[in-house]
Amino acid sequence: MISAPDVVAFTKEEEYEEEPYNEPALPEEYSVPLFPFASQGANPWSKLSGAKFSRDFILISEFSEQVGPQPLLTIPNDTKVFGTFDLNYFSLRIMSVDYQASFVGHPPGSAYPKLNFVEDSKVVLGDSKEGAFAYVHHLTLYDLEARGFVRPFCMAYISADQHKIMQQFQELSAEFSKASECLKTGNRKAFAGELEKKLKDLDYTRTVLHTETEIQKKANDKGFYSSQAIEKANELASVEKSIIEHQDLLKQIRSYPHRKLKGSPLCSGETEHTQDQASQAATTSNPDESADPDLYTCRPAYTPKLIKAKSTKCFDKKLKTLEELCDTEYFTQTLAQLSHIEHMFRGDLCYLLTSQIDRALLKQQHITNFLFEDFVEVDDRVAEKEESAPPRPVPGRPPSRSLEECPIPQVLISVGSYKSSVESVPIKMEQELGDEYREAEVTEVSSFDPQENLDFLDTDMKGSISSGESIEVLGTEKSTPVLPKSDSQASLTVPLSPQVVRSKAVSHRTISEDSIEVLSTCPSEALIPDDFKASYPSAINEEESYADDSEGAIHFQASVSPPELGEAEEGSLENPLSQIDSSCCIGKESDSLRVPLSTPAHTPSEQDGVVSIPPQRCMQKDQGFRVDFAVENASPSRDNSSEGFPADELDPNRLLASRDASKTSLDNCSDTTSNMSSVASTSSDRTPSSAHPTGPSSERHKKRAGQNALKFIRQYPFAHPAIYSLLSGRTLVVLGEDEAIVRKLVTALSIFVPSHSRFAKPVKHWVSSPLHIMDFQKWKLIGLQRVASPAGAGTLHALSRYSRYTSVLDLDNKALRCPLYRGTLVPRLADHRTQIKRGSTYYLHVQSMLTQLCSKAFLYAFCHHLHLPAHNKETEEVVASRQASFLKLNLGLVNEDVKVVQYLAELLKLHYTQEAPGTSHPTLRFDYVPSFLYKI
Amino acid sequence: MLRWLIGGGREPQGLAEKSPLQTIGEEQTQNPYTELLVLKAHHDIVRFLVQLDEYRFASAGDDGIVVVWNAQTGEKLLELNGHTQKITALITFPSLEACEEKNQLILTTSADRTVILWDCDTGRQVRKVSCFQSTVKCLIVLQRLNVWLSGGNDLCVWNQKLDLLCKTSHLSDTGISALIEIPKNCVVAAVGKELIIFRLVAPTEESLEWNILEIKRLLDHQDNILSLVNVNDVSFVTGSHVGEMIIWDILDWTVQACECNFWDPSPQLDTQQEIKLCQKPNDISIHHFTWDEENVFAAVGRGLYVYNLHMKRVIACQKSAHDSNVLHIAKLPNRQLISCSEDGSVRIWELREKQQLAAEPVPTGFFNMWGFGRVNKQASQPVKKQQENAPPCSLELIGDLIGHSSSVEMFLYFEDHGLVTCSADHLIILWKNGERESGLRSLKLFQKLEENGDLYLAV
Repeated sequence: MISAPDVVAFTKEEEYEEEPYNEPALPEEYSVPLFPFASQGANPWSKLSGAKFSRDFILISEFSEQVGPQPLLTIPNDTKVFGTFDLNYFSLRIMSVDYQASFVGHPPGSAYPKLNFVEDSKVVLGDSKEGAFAYVHHLTLYDLEARGFVRPFCMAYISADQHKIMQQFQELSAEFSKASECLKTGNRKAFAGELEKKLKDLDYTRTVLHTETEIQKKANDKGFYSSQAIEKANELASVEKSIIEHQDLLKQIRSYPHRKLKGSPLCSGETEHTQDQASQAATTSNPDESADPDLYTCRPAYTPKLIKAKSTKCFDKKLKTLEELCDTEYFTQTLAQLSHIEHMFRGDLCYLLTSQIDRALLKQQHITNFLFEDFVEVDDRVAEKEESAPPRPVPGRPPSRSLEECPIPQVLISVGSYKSSVESVPIKMEQELGDEYREAEVTEVSSFDPQENLDFLDTDMKGSISSGESIEVLGTEKSTPVLPKSDSQASLTVPLSPQVVRSKAVSHRTISEDSIEVLSTCPSEALIPDDFKASYPSAINEEESYADDSEGAIHFQASVSPPELGEAEEGSLENPLSQIDSSCCIGKESDSLRVPLSTPAHTPSEQDGVVSIPPQRCMQKDQGFRVDFAVENASPSRDNSSEGFPADELDPNRLLASRDASKTSLDNCSDTTSNMSSVASTSSDRTPSSAHPTGPSSERHKKRAGQNALKFIRQYPFAHPAIYSLLSGRTLVVLGEDEAIVRKLVTALSIFVPSHSRFAKPVKHWVSSPLHIMDFQKWKLIGLQRVASPAGAGTLHALSRYSRYTSVLDLDNKALRCPLYRGTLVPRLADHRTQIKRGSTYYLHVQSMLTQLCSKAFLYAFCHHLHLPAHNKETEEVVASRQASFLKLNLGLVNEDVKVVQYLAELLKLHYTQEAPGTSHPTLRFDYVPSFLYKI
Repeated sequence: MLRWLIGGGREPQGLAEKSPLQTIGEEQTQNPYTELLVLKAHHDIVRFLVQLDEYRFASAGDDGIVVVWNAQTGEKLLELNGHTQKITALITFPSLEACEEKNQLILTTSADRTVILWDCDTGRQVRKVSCFQSTVKCLIVLQRLNVWLSGGNDLCVWNQKLDLLCKTSHLSDTGISALIEIPKNCVVAAVGKELIIFRLVAPTEESLEWNILEIKRLLDHQDNILSLVNVNDVSFVTGSHVGEMIIWDILDWTVQACECNFWDPSPQLDTQQEIKLCQKPNDISIHHFTWDEENVFAAVGRGLYVYNLHMKRVIACQKSAHDSNVLHIAKLPNRQLISCSEDGSVRIWELREKQQLAAEPVPTGFFNMWGFGRVNKQASQPVKKQQENAPPCSLELIGDLIGHSSSVEMFLYFEDHGLVTCSADHLIILWKNGERESGLRSLKLFQKLEENGDLYLAV
């Protein structure tokens, strides 16, 4: 633990607080008035701006189509937390900046509903009147009964501290993305289930209607139809249409790619599930078959109902609750994640930052930090895992792998049909669908109109910011300039740079007519290394330049160019395109635009999604716009696959992943942000991102240990030699009759005990049997029961027999027997006149001192010339004297301090050279030095 | 310390004064063993240790298992399970000539009346013989003749393939307690109070049979012979339960010298000691001998004696070297002697010329002030006594190793890896030179750094 000793002033010392430190009172003129609210039990930091809530909390709100913005729940779910804070009002505020209610339901000109896989947006809002600042994470969930099938939600982290929100933006974003991802995963599952039920209903209805029509036909053989019959026929037609629509929706929702899920640990279970699903989906090559119930075999059988011709979308029906919208399992998981977030960001900003820095620094000391750090292990391991798992290729692979196993033969349509790097990407299609896709692509490509697209974006953006006046948009990531990023690749994005479009859109958005004020650009952007900027999540994802990769640009280019041009430039495209029959079957179109996608492997940087519509069968005039996005989405993935995998992996077999690929395209449009951000945070965060402040229990433990250690130091004048014993690896036996007292002291002193490995401190809190030589090898601090009975004599006898290996602290007699200590290190570490009063502060002081010591030990252990003879003739004595002078002169150690550093160095050596750390106990090292008896 | 912990007064000061045991304080500057590693694998008393090569050793004991260890790392390499009862003897076995792989073999025998030949590299049981009438108590390999002998109630001769070549008639119910090889194809067996000389007759043209003949019985000992060793080319030495040490001519089996009174305490011990020790007979039994070119070192009861072969007299002694019987002693190259004892301690002694002694009080350290250990009032007394007897040398305690909680049965000294001790507390402890180990660890560290490519040496 590296930190300044007194930095954590705002943490509260609870019951272990020492009795107040009595100082002589200051003269009146020097005294500072007390914090006015102190009497209310509040600390000076909690009510910075007169906020009406006592501490940070998380709010989930919905923009209900029936009643407008409304708060759903808070975490913690405790009215005391938000107090008089007006949740309704604030919900209105935060929901009103939701930009993403863009194309929902039937996009203009489209005959059929499309699902938007919408990016989450992340903004920071402030309401100075309320004294509340919030990180707001918008997301949409699907609901079959909702308007446009979407229900907008948002999760907000509300704090009174603006800086906290701003500075922790990245971390908040990463954590909330996990929660959002979890929620949405559950939602997709539930939505698919809904759709299936609906489809069965429809199917049943169709059968019924059909039978009726037949009956009528038979009954009516006059050659003309009655009006009743015509009505039936119309009804039947509308049911047919509805079936197609719903099948399409189902396909869309199922085609959601799974690669992203890898990024979020929360949804690992789901990942597998969806993978299965994916492979299953791939096997069912016919879109009609994809509706097959075997995908969700686990579902109980559903009895279809007859559906009335006019489906009601009235206000009288009750909307589903959030829990109903997603699987209960996922909902609970999400809540858990949210309360984890709430825990994680509890406390003052300064505290959070310190612990983050602390963590980051600790990670750098991976050789020495096992010695004294308690709780580092878990985080470390997590971090290592994160770092070791390259986020890029991994997410994409599992689905494709599973797909490769798929036995169904696939037709490889055009390998190498695209130019340059594109051609290395196999384009796989399922045979039945291939034609339609190609066609779809062609039509879309040909009809693309950039201007239209631009306009669309503009209007969209404008629309989204029609929010209330008092809201300040403190920072959104979208306001970061995109251009610098793409500059390097500018040449690639030649004819109509999509970034232009996007940056325009950006400006439109930020300069909206409302009083919204962009206080800052995303602060965290500056923190991330350039390499990761690309992958950094943006609030509005369309602005992310897909031009990052050349692929994107090329595709874009291809798509914007009129069909003839495209053919001219890319002759290879011609073939597939020409085969396409534009009069495709509507019902099968949903898998559209798989063509450009080869594998679902995406790097986060390329996932920058779009608020876009997945390519669908639709009328040609819209296609330009849609194609743009589709291509945009598609291209990164393709590029990615080509760079992410060795060439041999790009063989036709990979085409089996076609279905997956289409999912990828959809996925790209969907909540990539969240995923990306989480990936970004894991990968880029060498800087402390996922700062899990150690749990409250460990915090308390430290505090308590520190407090008791401080007490020990003040109480016992011979604390120094005792601590020296611990630091130099000589086992200290704390002997006493009262278990509680012994345990307490052992816990306190354990902060001075160097660990042998990452796993556990060599501390035994309480032993009542006689000690054995093995114990000294294993434990460096032992609490020993003193028994008055004759049985106890054995214990004492053993202790006296092994006295050369131990120091004995007799609590009952207030005596200590241990070797002499004359160094300078321990007095600094354990000064009985220290001004430090708080346990946690003292703990930090100790940790910082010990870290210093560790670095000395590290230097000593790893200095090559100190341990190896410079040449053959050099004797051991020379080497030894060199070591001694290094310790004395360079490290400034005197007397017994040398032994401490030597001992730590030995531990370092052992730890470093051990094959499997922690497998064996180090040898028991000891010195033949006389011991002395100290008594109070 | 004990007294301090208990609260004083329980341990009378007088007891400490009465004890003649030489003690050393906690400050042992000459003691190189500053690191220890406890090896745990056995479930019963560990009695035997045998060195296999430069870095391996095997241990065996009453639990019937043999464990092969790495002496450097303390790693347990193999566990050999085969015997059902306690192991009574353990000996390294020269590889068979025919055998191509030169694996290290060991021969073990147990109270289950079997002998097993083990391969210590693979842990395989090479051969097993189980046709014994009695427990084999000692084993000896006569490499010159390519045979080995097992001594129980009778003496059997075996070839390398573990075929019985010949055997003697039943000798005694107590059995052979020790066997040594002497020139002229003879072996000496200690059976009770007697020494029996046997001659092995190798097959010749006339007879293809091996034969073993009893040549002579030596009846000079008054009590059971406990130890029997070859000292050099001209003599061997025996020690008995009542403290007789006889040096024999190795060729004509005559007594060269007999030392029977160096353990006699009466002229040497002061009255205090006589009261306390009351001279139990086992106090003077000779348990073990070791030797160098000019001296024989004998573990006599609790004491250590150095007998000079040239001067034919005891040149140094330490009558109470340990609290209890000394079980094993060994001479180190640097004039040091190590002894282990039933009291659970191992002590390191140095043989010094008398002049250097100069009434050096033992550094008892601070702890004696509160009755830790025992105050050595004897420190000056040996000087007086030595003047009477004028022993020219003395054994000085330079260090002790405390680790075992029970009798230390045996130890093994490795030049490179330190000392291995085995004990009745089921443990084996590896004692190492801390400084050297630290240096080795450093070497290993930099090796690993180099392997990892983290170490860039200046060009």
